[in-house]
Amino acid sequence: MAALFKARRALSSFFTGCRSLSQLAELPETHQILRQTCRDYADRELSPIAARLDKEHVYPAKQIQELGAMGVMAMEVPEELGGAGMDYLAYSLAMEEISRGCASTGVVVSVNNSLYIGPILKFGTEEQKKQWIQPFTTGEKVGCFALSEPGNGSDAGAASTTAHQEGDEWVVNGTKAWITNSWDASAAIVFATTDKTLKHKGISAFLVPMPHPGLSLGKKEDKLGIRASSTANIILEDCRIPLGYMLGPRGSGFKIAMQTLDSGRIGIAAQALGIAQASLECAADYAHRRTAFGAPIGKLQAIQFKLADMAVAIEGARLLTWKAALLRDSKKAFTKEAAMAKLAASEAATFCSHQAIQVLGGMGYVTDMPAERHYRDARITEIYEGTSEIQRLVIAGQLLKEYQL
Amino acid sequence: LSCKVLSSVVTPCYCFVSPQIRVKPDNTGVVTDGVKHSMNPFCEIAVEEAVKLKEKKLIKEVVAVSCGPQQSQETIRTALAMGADRGIHVDVSGKDYENLGPLQVSKILAALAKQEDAQLILLGKQAIDDDCNQTGQMTAALLDWPQGTFASEVSLEGDKINLVREIDGGLEHIKINTPAVITADLRLNTPRYATLPNIMKAKKKKIVTVKPADLGVDVTSRLEVLKVEEPPQRQAGMKVETVEDLVVKLKEAGRV
Repeated sequence: MAALFKARRALSSFFTGCRSLSQLAELPETHQILRQTCRDYADRELSPIAARLDKEHVYPAKQIQELGAMGVMAMEVPEELGGAGMDYLAYSLAMEEISRGCASTGVVVSVNNSLYIGPILKFGTEEQKKQWIQPFTTGEKVGCFALSEPGNGSDAGAASTTAHQEGDEWVVNGTKAWITNSWDASAAIVFATTDKTLKHKGISAFLVPMPHPGLSLGKKEDKLGIRASSTANIILEDCRIPLGYMLGPRGSGFKIAMQTLDSGRIGIAAQALGIAQASLECAADYAHRRTAFGAPIGKLQAIQFKLADMAVAIEGARLLTWKAALLRDSKKAFTKEAAMAKLAASEAATFCSHQAIQVLGGMGYVTDMPAERHYRDARITEIYEGTSEIQRLVIAGQLLKEYQL
Repeated sequence: LSCKVLSSVVTPCYCFVSPQIRVKPDNTGVVTDGVKHSMNPFCEIAVEEAVKLKEKKLIKEVVAVSCGPQQSQETIRTALAMGADRGIHVDVSGKDYENLGPLQVSKILAALAKQEDAQLILLGKQAIDDDCNQTGQMTAALLDWPQGTFASEVSLEGDKINLVREIDGGLEHIKINTPAVITADLRLNTPRYATLPNIMKAKKKKIVTVKPADLGVDVTSRLEVLKVEEPPQRQAGMKVETVEDLVVKLKEAGRV
């Protein structure tokens, strides 16, 4: 009896959990136009420069400003604060199209939207929103998210960066690692422990302007991929900030981080989709032109099977991403779906970029073709904003609850 | 000029992405199934110019027009997202749409211009699928309005328009009266990307659908397409060692 009741509940939540299931089959017209606009922008302004940005490790400042003017840098932010006032489905579409043009530009957009603006929008006071969101909507300024440390990535609860109160200031000490946008950011959300005895319940979130006395940046990491976006340590030595710069209640930092990453995962899933899609298009185009054994290689089953597998992986991950976005937009629980989307999309990206190189053969290995860049860009999507292993833990955690194990 | 501008968003043109253009097996046209259609690039420039004139408060309202099947509304929506105020979709589908040519479109535009009391019609100089370069000129003739074609610069001066036209010999400066028809050339402006808030706002702007018959226009084609065929396959060239050899080969081929 209990099992039946459980099953019926699970079934009904499937149907009501996604109010606009039909949107998975065909996007609303506004979203189609948005997707096309972002695709046009990516084709004309990002794809032509992506290789150079990657080779020279150049931050795409001009493009970020142009995207800001379009509203892409603050998609969820209400119009009164300078944003586009759109939903997360729109954000996923924009992220995929931009990343299809340039994955580095995609991550800059994603971090600003999901990891920096996201938590301030959700947990900030009206005053904080004006001060810390409004100037960051135009692309002139971008923010970053400082959670990871040299000593802990997945183990976010073990933060060793500390913040203690001295009069009317917080004094922050510690080092944050792997911070995307660090060298180009004008503000950071820094997670530090205000009470080590409370373990993860003692972590708080702080808004820190950049540059700021007591805050310095480590060397820019020389990465395998997404090289146009800067990644570096942020070092805080007696960094003093006003009390009003705490984000959310004291001790809620861990919760803020986890909830923020839930949404960030949808953005990164979309980025991975863009990379995967670009790989598929590169491979399909090559298969059409390259002849071997007297015909275009696209006629060979070996190649066809690869293209089919790539397409299935992408479409599956894409629908998962859209579903997670739709659930979030309907204010339903979406943690499990977001983790599934990120897991599926990042593994699709590494799979598709790997197979794309295989389809291109020798040409896939050289920088003349973008396949090698997609391969390098894809790899990080399985690592940041929650490793694939962590995603599996998150999904299993939700499943265990559902099946009451 | 406090006037209404009819910015004609020409029938969405065929925009071939990666698959190659293929002629239909019966040689009556090109394959259009599954091919992405989008706004003609020169029409994008025309819409941009109209929106810019409105932003400068030189004109009152921009109306985007498209003739074609249901999907044309998407193109109008894009124009609305760029800043046009409202849209008119002239519903033409099926065989009528396949045979729709500049003469029919000009008649429709002329009828709409009269109905809307427009003072300015801005269109792209030509569609990139058929390259006719006739609609603007025909519309002007039907309305007996002056025309400024291949415009690379447009400025309004009182109730006259100063235009710079790109012509074979260089640049031609002309001054025309309004009401007038202007066709946009490549260097007139760089069309904006629609901002996301404007894409959302475009949803609320009105698009009215009318039929050619409502405007008293007969869209029967006066032309019959006899045959469409692909250009001959490019032959391999050949290299010669000396100029004398070149002349001999040219003579052999009957070219000289």
